[in-house]
Amino acid sequence: MNRDQLAHWKGVLFGNRTSYGVVFTAILYALLIAIGFVYLYPLLFMFVTSLKSPDDLLNPMVQWVPTELFLGNYEKAFKVLDYLATLASSALVSVVPSLIQTLVCSVVGYGLARYQFPGKTLMIGLILATFVIPAQSTVIPQMLTYRDLGLLGSLWSLILPALGAQGFNSAIFILIFYQTFLSLPKVLEEAARLDGASDLEIFIRVGLPAAAPAFIVSIIFSIVWYWNETYLTVVFLEGGVQTLPMQLSKFVQAYENLYPPGVVNVLDRLNEAVKLAGTFLNILPLLAMYFVLQRWFVESVERSGITGE
Amino acid sequence: MNPTRQLRRGEMRHGTREALHGYGFVLIWIVGFSIFTLAPLVQTFIYSLNQVTVEATGVSTKFVEWANYSRALFTDPTFVELLIGYTIETLVSLPIILIFSLIIALFLNLEFKGKGLFRTIFFLPVVITSGPVIKELTEQGATSTAGLAQVQAVADFLAELPVSVRTPVEYLLTSFVLILWFSGVQILIYLSSLQKIDKSLYEAAAIDGASAWESFWKITLPSLTPTTLVIAIYTIITLSHFSENKVLKYIYGQTYAVEGGIGYASAMSFVYFLVLATILALAFLLLRPSASPRSA
Repeated sequence: MNRDQLAHWKGVLFGNRTSYGVVFTAILYALLIAIGFVYLYPLLFMFVTSLKSPDDLLNPMVQWVPTELFLGNYEKAFKVLDYLATLASSALVSVVPSLIQTLVCSVVGYGLARYQFPGKTLMIGLILATFVIPAQSTVIPQMLTYRDLGLLGSLWSLILPALGAQGFNSAIFILIFYQTFLSLPKVLEEAARLDGASDLEIFIRVGLPAAAPAFIVSIIFSIVWYWNETYLTVVFLEGGVQTLPMQLSKFVQAYENLYPPGVVNVLDRLNEAVKLAGTFLNILPLLAMYFVLQRWFVESVERSGITGE
Repeated sequence: MNPTRQLRRGEMRHGTREALHGYGFVLIWIVGFSIFTLAPLVQTFIYSLNQVTVEATGVSTKFVEWANYSRALFTDPTFVELLIGYTIETLVSLPIILIFSLIIALFLNLEFKGKGLFRTIFFLPVVITSGPVIKELTEQGATSTAGLAQVQAVADFLAELPVSVRTPVEYLLTSFVLILWFSGVQILIYLSSLQKIDKSLYEAAAIDGASAWESFWKITLPSLTPTTLVIAIYTIITLSHFSENKVLKYIYGQTYAVEGGIGYASAMSFVYFLVLATILALAFLLLRPSASPRSA
């Protein structure tokens, strides 16, 4: 083998200017697949276990492949969660405040980005502070006020803060819009102003269309975060609207109401398969949303101001 | 418009008008902030200095000075213990999340097939992570790394360690997957910063004979310093606000307790806030971009 051939094969194996080489590529894939597996392990475990019949659960030989496709756990979890009703209210609780919060945050972000006014730096500082303050330090007086107003347990207790741009993670969304509107060329605004448009008209006609990606990011992340939020929903909504995560957190109690432990036969006792079926039903809508809107989720973080620079 | 022209009555200077229009846009935030953040924050602080009793007709308070705070810090053994546990867990998780997300981002920044699929996988937990879901998964043993902590040799080794070292190591072993699950947003933020680094810097370094290893330490890492700070702050806050956080659960439980109740819970939430602020300040001091010029 002459020197050129040697260099060629060395290049194939260990990489050269144009490729990474077989060895490096193999290591890269092996590592990524291994880490990916660790990442997905809880989900795989959950899905497989949720399909196991009580017999399979007790059988130590059955690890990853259940002996039969057993849907009984899902049937039970479906009933225990009162799935369709809870799903509907979860959707309501996440979509309505999200839309409101996004719209309000876009207005505030536009004001911060396009106008100079005294106190702007202070305001941006306070917005960042609202992101840091734990909800625990502001929630109790709000709860007592809602109680007095009779709004506890209703959707209004989430809508009102969203209306004031103090919804869940509002600070992040304000900053996303701030970033977006900062990069909007001033020329467009001036052209519209020469046409006699008022400030509000400029915002609607020039600002809003330019911020379409920011709107999509805000809405989908708001929905996800409101959907998954349990602290605020438990404090504000308990006794009224029931969301899926709320129902999941008292799964055991709800199960024993439907299937009293002393009365039902052994096979209908609550086991981990039923619980995990409930958990899976819980995240199923989010999984579906993620896989449909996947491109938006991932690209948006890269493009928008979530990077916080 | 001639700026020296005498202003007619009812007419405003350009700057003033701009400021007013600006306030028009942000007014809703000012109102919202006052009602839904500032007022409750002040009210919570007042509650924390009082013995609060909730009655059907309203709330009655009795001023007790700092009694709730001294109870939280000196009398209540659980709270301080949970607080220390939370601090340790945060300080252990933070570097792991930072390093892990940087490594994954470096991988994903390379050119190879199936990149999108891996990106999708690493971001997935961000979408599905909620308190009850994590709680169920942890209880059913789906989150520990294949029972590594249960292996006898590992358990024996752990028993040898002093408690101060053992606690973080045990936490690491049992919650490893969970820690990784909190890296989704961080990976993407690192990835976008990596893509913004000027390629010509690497070319120039290569011409000067720098190896890839040297380029990483001299170019990549320094360019990422501001991003790392942002990510550290984001991570600390996400971990601290997560609803399965033990301190938060304890505070929530105490809110409805007969003894103490709202006043005590308010005091604890302020102590917690202070600890969180201290951790943030610490991260800021450690990770802030150095003031000295880089290429002196």
